[in-house]
Amino acid sequence: MNTTEPLLRIEDLVVTYRASGRRAGNRVLDGISLQIGAGECVGLVGESGSGKSTLGRAVLGLAPVTAGSISFDGRRIDALGRRGRRALAADIQVVFQDPYTSLNPSMSVGDILAEPIRAAGLKRVHAASRVRELLEQVDLPADAESRFPRQFSGGQRQRIAIARALALEPRLIICDEPLSALDLSTQARVMDLLIGIQERTGVSYLFISHDLQVVREMCHRVAVMFRGRLVETGEADQVTASPEHPYTRQLMLAAPVADPVVQAERRRERSRLAQTVNPAA
Amino acid sequence: MLTYLVRRLLAGVVMVWVIATATFFLLNANGTNVARTLLGENATDEQIAAKLAELGLDRDIFTRYVDWLQHAIRGDLGSSWLTFQPVTDALLDRLPVTLSLAVAAVVVTGVVSVLLGVFAAYRGGWIDRAVQIVGIAGFAMPGVWLALILVLAFAITLGWFPATGYVPFARSADGWALALVLPVTAISVSSVASTAQQVRGAMIDTLSQDYVRTLRSRGLPERSIVLKHALRNAAPAGLTVLSLEFISLLGSTVVIERIFALPGIGSMVLDATVGGDSPQVIGVVVMMVLVVVVVNLAIDLLNGWLNPKVRVA
Amino acid sequence: MTSPSPIAGVVAATATDPARRGVLRVLLRNPLALASLVVLVLVVVVSIAAPLLAPFGPNEVVPGLARQGPEAGHLLGGDGAGRDVLSRLLFAGRLTLIGTVVTLVVAVVVGVPAGMLAGYYGSWWDSVSSWGANIVIAIPGMVLLLAVIAAIGPQTIPVMAMFGILLSPGFFRLARTAVQNVRNELYVDAARVSGLSDARIIARHVFGVVRGPLIIQASFSAGAAVLVQTGLQFLGLGEQGTPSWGQMLSDAFTNIYAAPHLVFPPGITIAITVASLALVGNALRDSVNGRSAPSRARRVPPEAPADPTPDDTSLLVVRGMQIGYPAGNGVSVVVDDVGFSIAAGEVVGLVGESGSGKSQTAFSILGLLPPEASIRRGIVHFDGRDLLAASPTERARLRGSRIAYIPQEPMSNLDPSFTIGAQLTEPLRAVRGLSRSAARARALELLEEVGIADPARTFASYPHQISGGMAQRVLIAGAVSCDPALLIADEPTTALDVTVQAEILDLLRRLQEERGMAVLLVTHNFGVVADLCQRVVVMRTGRVVEEGDVTAVFADPREDYTKQLLSAIPNGTRLRAPVVPVSRRKTS
Repeated sequence: MNTTEPLLRIEDLVVTYRASGRRAGNRVLDGISLQIGAGECVGLVGESGSGKSTLGRAVLGLAPVTAGSISFDGRRIDALGRRGRRALAADIQVVFQDPYTSLNPSMSVGDILAEPIRAAGLKRVHAASRVRELLEQVDLPADAESRFPRQFSGGQRQRIAIARALALEPRLIICDEPLSALDLSTQARVMDLLIGIQERTGVSYLFISHDLQVVREMCHRVAVMFRGRLVETGEADQVTASPEHPYTRQLMLAAPVADPVVQAERRRERSRLAQTVNPAA
Repeated sequence: MLTYLVRRLLAGVVMVWVIATATFFLLNANGTNVARTLLGENATDEQIAAKLAELGLDRDIFTRYVDWLQHAIRGDLGSSWLTFQPVTDALLDRLPVTLSLAVAAVVVTGVVSVLLGVFAAYRGGWIDRAVQIVGIAGFAMPGVWLALILVLAFAITLGWFPATGYVPFARSADGWALALVLPVTAISVSSVASTAQQVRGAMIDTLSQDYVRTLRSRGLPERSIVLKHALRNAAPAGLTVLSLEFISLLGSTVVIERIFALPGIGSMVLDATVGGDSPQVIGVVVMMVLVVVVVNLAIDLLNGWLNPKVRVA
Repeated sequence: MTSPSPIAGVVAATATDPARRGVLRVLLRNPLALASLVVLVLVVVVSIAAPLLAPFGPNEVVPGLARQGPEAGHLLGGDGAGRDVLSRLLFAGRLTLIGTVVTLVVAVVVGVPAGMLAGYYGSWWDSVSSWGANIVIAIPGMVLLLAVIAAIGPQTIPVMAMFGILLSPGFFRLARTAVQNVRNELYVDAARVSGLSDARIIARHVFGVVRGPLIIQASFSAGAAVLVQTGLQFLGLGEQGTPSWGQMLSDAFTNIYAAPHLVFPPGITIAITVASLALVGNALRDSVNGRSAPSRARRVPPEAPADPTPDDTSLLVVRGMQIGYPAGNGVSVVVDDVGFSIAAGEVVGLVGESGSGKSQTAFSILGLLPPEASIRRGIVHFDGRDLLAASPTERARLRGSRIAYIPQEPMSNLDPSFTIGAQLTEPLRAVRGLSRSAARARALELLEEVGIADPARTFASYPHQISGGMAQRVLIAGAVSCDPALLIADEPTTALDVTVQAEILDLLRRLQEERGMAVLLVTHNFGVVADLCQRVVVMRTGRVVEEGDVTAVFADPREDYTKQLLSAIPNGTRLRAPVVPVSRRKTS
């Protein structure tokens, strides 16, 4: 692996969805540049409609790239054909937000986990032992294999989704709001699991979230998106503790904290900020 | 809304043309057999050639098609090979009978199935189960058989209604209505059965929507929630089914008109089929598709009007 | 969370996944469907074995049997021409069965692949094939079949093949929508990212979804094919010389005055066959989408708890509440022994994770639990009145005037078919008796009060024309329109972005302060509680765990569960260590 080249390099990325009818296309991503190094977790924060999920989907080849480039390990991947894309499955994987719809309800957990392994051309026997390894890796009991997704809780399902992402030992996992659908206590445990896996395997994460506090604890670096553009990028500590861009500051102050005294103070600060600038306008 | 209307209208015209053309070629593919059917097996070759020339069948099929289409656009669908009566005249004579039957059946279907469907969905329990059983029974009973049973019971045994025949509305409204009761019942049962099921399903879906709970939280009376809000949102699904039912009702008139000896276009196409009278068959197909297109257009408009996303755009 | 989940995470073990359950298993479990299946098998077997079973030939004329009723040796009597009705009936199914098979094969072969391709790939093929399907659907089937018979004569196989084409749009649309729905599922995206080819995705993920609905459609289509053939045969357009059900009906029609009994054997046979097909379809449909009208729980007055008349004079008093849902033969209890009070003008947070029963508790106060739910025990006193003893009408009146509700999802809680204005003025007129113009004026006032910039424009808008944040403001306006004494807000900001959430919380705080109303705020977010509430009630798996003043509970929680929840909130104290290079490919 090239030591100077980041694992993922996104340059001036533009994604435009053609609107139905005669209207001009809708520019969802507008000149995004972002890099992710090996073993690094980069947080992508923004509100709904900011384009953060689209960026993840573009890296996965699920959203059309209108302009700009995406390179993985020094190789352009934004214009790959279906075959090239399939080969990339071993390197780039995904964990979606909703563990209820990201697992096929009619397939057993074993089948779900074996699917990418079999698609990569491994024999059934090898796949079976790999499935057991994967279940162990995400702290699920071995008998989970023969059960169906609906027999698991939300947090357990998200573990299954993570195991599927790990099946081919990828180098990058796109985590698209993997914690948002989970309860608070489950959220913390899944977060620990993701961090543990990263520290053990050196996989990189693009961690998409709307929660600055989660991103602060989960990521090394953070990028903030607003209406299809990156407004601020930097070290997680710096961006989430002393943000420079007014939108980031607004975002930070808008999330209520679980302390009535501190929250009252933040509320006052937010109304002060709202009076001075209004970046959303 | 206007572009929507124009698009629909255009699609309807294209549809009539496609189906008319397909039917024309289907029925005109072999002209010689036609002449032989009309003249009988003993006809000489000269007689057949003369007959073909008389009917214009000695020309090649594309010339005939263009000729037919040119006339059809002006409303002239040719003449019967058997009676030589203009097809359009025959259709217009008979259309009121079939339309009386089909429209009455659609009205009955609409009213009864909305009542049954709404009641079943709202009440649940045994009423719901009863409606479902009626639904199965209604679907399963062949219309022919139901008609025969009705004739046996209400015409022959009880003598309440005439067993056969049609009375034009202009001559006697009472007679017209009496003559229609049995045939309309016979063809409505199966469409009531399936439409009520659809209305029921759509109502169950809407009644479980979040906004219904919110409306209840505002203290609105149940009547307004069910009949105004839920029914309004379930209506498009019901209307779509009703338009499909109308098409199948038109088809059913063929059998029903024969059993009750009603002189509609259903019995006309039956006679024409048996007699090999192609212009009449094509004429009936064109007329029925025209009626379907008009009805579909009306239902599309109604649906568009019911759906604010279409209406406001 | 609005869907109830039983206490202690006991998932109903009986309901296995319908998509996974074999089609045959579903049918075997349902007695009616099983009986239908037996009937169908019987019809097929008898038709095939007719030459062995029938006492007479189908066209064999028995002297003196014409129009005779049932008699020894001729169980169903003789038909108009003196042939044994029973023997004819046994033979008559054959033609119809062949025709039905032809219809189904053609309809499936034409409709399903086209529909699956159209649904999966979309684009031009979708437009063309959908257009074709629309045309075919618009043709009155019977009439087109007559045209075909006029052209080629009454031959069962080609005519019924044409009927198959006429039915194919049903299969086409079914396959198309099913595939379209699956295509947008995240698990198909995941499969694509996992490196599966399109063919494999269709085979593994798409076909499984289409199979169930296809069998259902096939069973109803088979019924339609039987009925259409009956009609054609009745009209004398079936095959001549071969006995058929429709032909027998036609014979009955001819002899309806002389031998009315002839109507019954073929009619009942057809009806039972088609009903069996429909019942099989219905049983499958119910197991696939399980859509049945909810049956109401019987209104049994709840048992009173230990202290039936609390001396608590708060605005709202809940004591010993137990809520159950039917589960199998028993009841699954989702809320148990819940009690708390809210004083007038007080803001109380009801907080818990999913499955804690917090939303169920809120709906029970509103009287808006789903019809199948039942309050089995407890009391709810509002303003000194016993709500559980009140009639549905009284409760509805109370909802519109003194207790109001703000839902979670703004968009799905507005009726899409009516303007915002109509939805705001309707309760004002129906419940408060305002005139049309007064209601309009009041609605506009309310819209302004909740911070909507252009009230007149919003008033005239439909829900789809406004944003989620604005929709939530509209719902708040609707809730406060009756000047409630108690406002119940169920996760009012959960579906919103944080910046919008902050604005809505500000709005709620302002309205509460101005009007002095009591608020029950249901949420999973401790930040929201800290922001807005004076008191907090913590729930877990249907029970109250801790209750107290917000400042006290947050500063010093007494219960382990509360401590655990509060410590699970990321507070930014823990940061990631710098990236350490890991030598790759040494996983697990």
